[in-house]
Amino acid sequence: MSAIQIIPINWYILLSAVLFTIGVLGVLFRRNAIIIFMSVELMLNAVNLLLVAFSTYLSDSAGQVFVFFIMAVAAAEVAVGLAILMSVYRNTKSTDIYMLNKLKG
Amino acid sequence: MIKLVWLVPLLPLIGFMIIGFFGKKLSKGLVGTIASGAVLGAFAVSLGIFFELGGQTEKSVTIDLFSWITAGKLSIPFSFLVDPLSSLFLLIITGIGFLIHLYSIGYMHDDEGFSRFFAYLNLFVFFMLLLVLGSNYLIMFVGWEGVGLCSYLLIGFWFKNTAYNNAAKKAFIMNRIGDLGFLLGIILIFVTFGSISYNEVFEQAKHFIGDNSVITAIALLLFIGAMGKSAQLPLYTWLPDAMAGPTPVSALIHAATMVTAGIYMVSRSNILYTLSPFAMEVVAVVGVCTALFAATIGLAQNDIKKVLAYSTVSQLGYMFLALGVGAYTGAVFHVMTHAFFKALLFLGAGSVIHAMSGEQDIRKMGGLKKYIPITHLTFLLGTLAIVGFPGFSGFFSKDEILAHAWEHNKLLWFLGVLGAAMTTFYMFRLYFLTFKGSFRGTHDQEHHLHESPKSMTIPLIVLAVLSVVGGLIGIPEVLGGHHYLEAYLKPVFEDSSLRLVHHLSHETEYILMGVAISVMALAMYFAYNKYVKNKTLPANEGETLNPIHNLVYKKYLIDELYENVIMKPINFIGEALHKVVDNQIVDGIVNGFGSMVTGVSGVIRKAQSGNIGFYVFVMVISIVLILFTQLF
Repeated sequence: MSAIQIIPINWYILLSAVLFTIGVLGVLFRRNAIIIFMSVELMLNAVNLLLVAFSTYLSDSAGQVFVFFIMAVAAAEVAVGLAILMSVYRNTKSTDIYMLNKLKG
Repeated sequence: MIKLVWLVPLLPLIGFMIIGFFGKKLSKGLVGTIASGAVLGAFAVSLGIFFELGGQTEKSVTIDLFSWITAGKLSIPFSFLVDPLSSLFLLIITGIGFLIHLYSIGYMHDDEGFSRFFAYLNLFVFFMLLLVLGSNYLIMFVGWEGVGLCSYLLIGFWFKNTAYNNAAKKAFIMNRIGDLGFLLGIILIFVTFGSISYNEVFEQAKHFIGDNSVITAIALLLFIGAMGKSAQLPLYTWLPDAMAGPTPVSALIHAATMVTAGIYMVSRSNILYTLSPFAMEVVAVVGVCTALFAATIGLAQNDIKKVLAYSTVSQLGYMFLALGVGAYTGAVFHVMTHAFFKALLFLGAGSVIHAMSGEQDIRKMGGLKKYIPITHLTFLLGTLAIVGFPGFSGFFSKDEILAHAWEHNKLLWFLGVLGAAMTTFYMFRLYFLTFKGSFRGTHDQEHHLHESPKSMTIPLIVLAVLSVVGGLIGIPEVLGGHHYLEAYLKPVFEDSSLRLVHHLSHETEYILMGVAISVMALAMYFAYNKYVKNKTLPANEGETLNPIHNLVYKKYLIDELYENVIMKPINFIGEALHKVVDNQIVDGIVNGFGSMVTGVSGVIRKAQSGNIGFYVFVMVISIVLILFTQLF
């Protein structure tokens, strides 16, 4: 029995839920685009945590493969997202997303 | 020749096409030649058909041209039926049509609508020929509507005049009322017999056993159509107004041919009427009432064409009386003689109006005898023919009708004779006031008086000759003659005549004839006494007349009655429906849909604020809600 398995699965689930909720609330209530971005990452990682936890408990390596996959995609997404942020900042001299209401009809 | 029957309607149609499309580019002489030539050609073919049919034993020939409508059980070929009845009508239509075309060349010479006039006239002849030639009710209906259209176009020929346009509309709408009855009649025929072709329908009708109420219904519905087209009570008021059209039109359409379509239709369907005594009774009563009613109005009119118009209505009444008492041959005979003398009288009136520079009021005429001798003489012959002077064409046909009326019902005979007396009186009143005495018009008019050109007088002379001798083909047996017409038409009315027995002793016939002649002579004497000897003139406009005279002069106020009893309520209902149903309900529903969409979208639009944070919030809340509902 490894060290991970000593801690009950419920705790992992709880931690993951808390992290995810923090991420969601961050996305909802923060105005700074960078923080929102970080909150999104937090949500992704909450899911990753859950995946590896279950993968270990169920002794199924597919979950870990998934996590790597998500990390790779998230890295790509961050690259694109940060590039967009840079361009937004150049245009508005701000990272406040409420400045970005130009599409409103 | 019978195989060439399709040429008869085709020629006027081609004439119409040429004149209609290229009329403006052609010279007047060419237009007149094409139009008259087309009708003359049709007349030549009709003449050939007439004699060929008289010579051969097969009396009813159907010429199939092409299959017209095929749908389920219904199959209607476009085919023509050549039999004695249609061939006789062909002759009347094309013969008189040709003379009137010829006359129109002179009469319409200075009119700017010259080519338009001839185009319409040719189109009319085409539709009229279609009407009489069709071998089923549908083709007849097409012709029936077509002549109505041409009548409308020609009454409103001078369309810049509002009154003329109204007259045209009146004619069209009145006819529509009748046409509805006719159409329903055709539908009922199809439902009852499963066919609308004459041959099949009449063959089945002959062997029809059982309840004949459906036949009565068919006969009455068809008769409603005839009432409209042939101007019978109560749908006659359009015909006097139709005199707004050029005079040749009045002569051709509203006296000689189109208005007799109703008589043609009833005599074509004679077997249906014979099977329904009630329908025949209705036809006879409507006919005699119209004959009397219109004759009384004719007594008091002062417009030369109006008198002739009411006279036409009255004579059409006689024809229906004849049909109603089963004298089908008599009716067709009277159609023919009437076509001769009424066309003559109208054309004569046109010649008088031409000479009088457009004046139509007989109070302003008088003494025209010496200025326009040919018109005078032909008009006199026409008058003698219509009043039934012994030996003239009208005498024989009217006598035949009255004899049959006597046989059927003495009262009908008495009313018929009364109407004939009035006819004599107003026709001689018209004649005396126009041609006898001294001239009462203005000096300018007197200076301008002249006889009409040859193209107008020649048709008058030809028609006058026909009016005089036209009766010879139907001299009754009792006068030692041979009724050629009856023999010729016998195959058409054979089945009916088997059912209607005629027996009248020679003595009775002599007496009836004597009574008719003496009544006519008496009426003639009264007219002479009043208008020549005492030189009475009809009252001028605005003079007070005694109440009855005034009522008759105002045409019994029938137009006003229709206006108040039918038109005003309909207009009122229309107005009310427009205001309530249209403006409130229909518009309300349509506008309601519009404002509902605007209103609802106004509410929904608020959700689309453009605030992404809000969108995400809603998304999260929704997902949470979905998860909760799934979990618990």
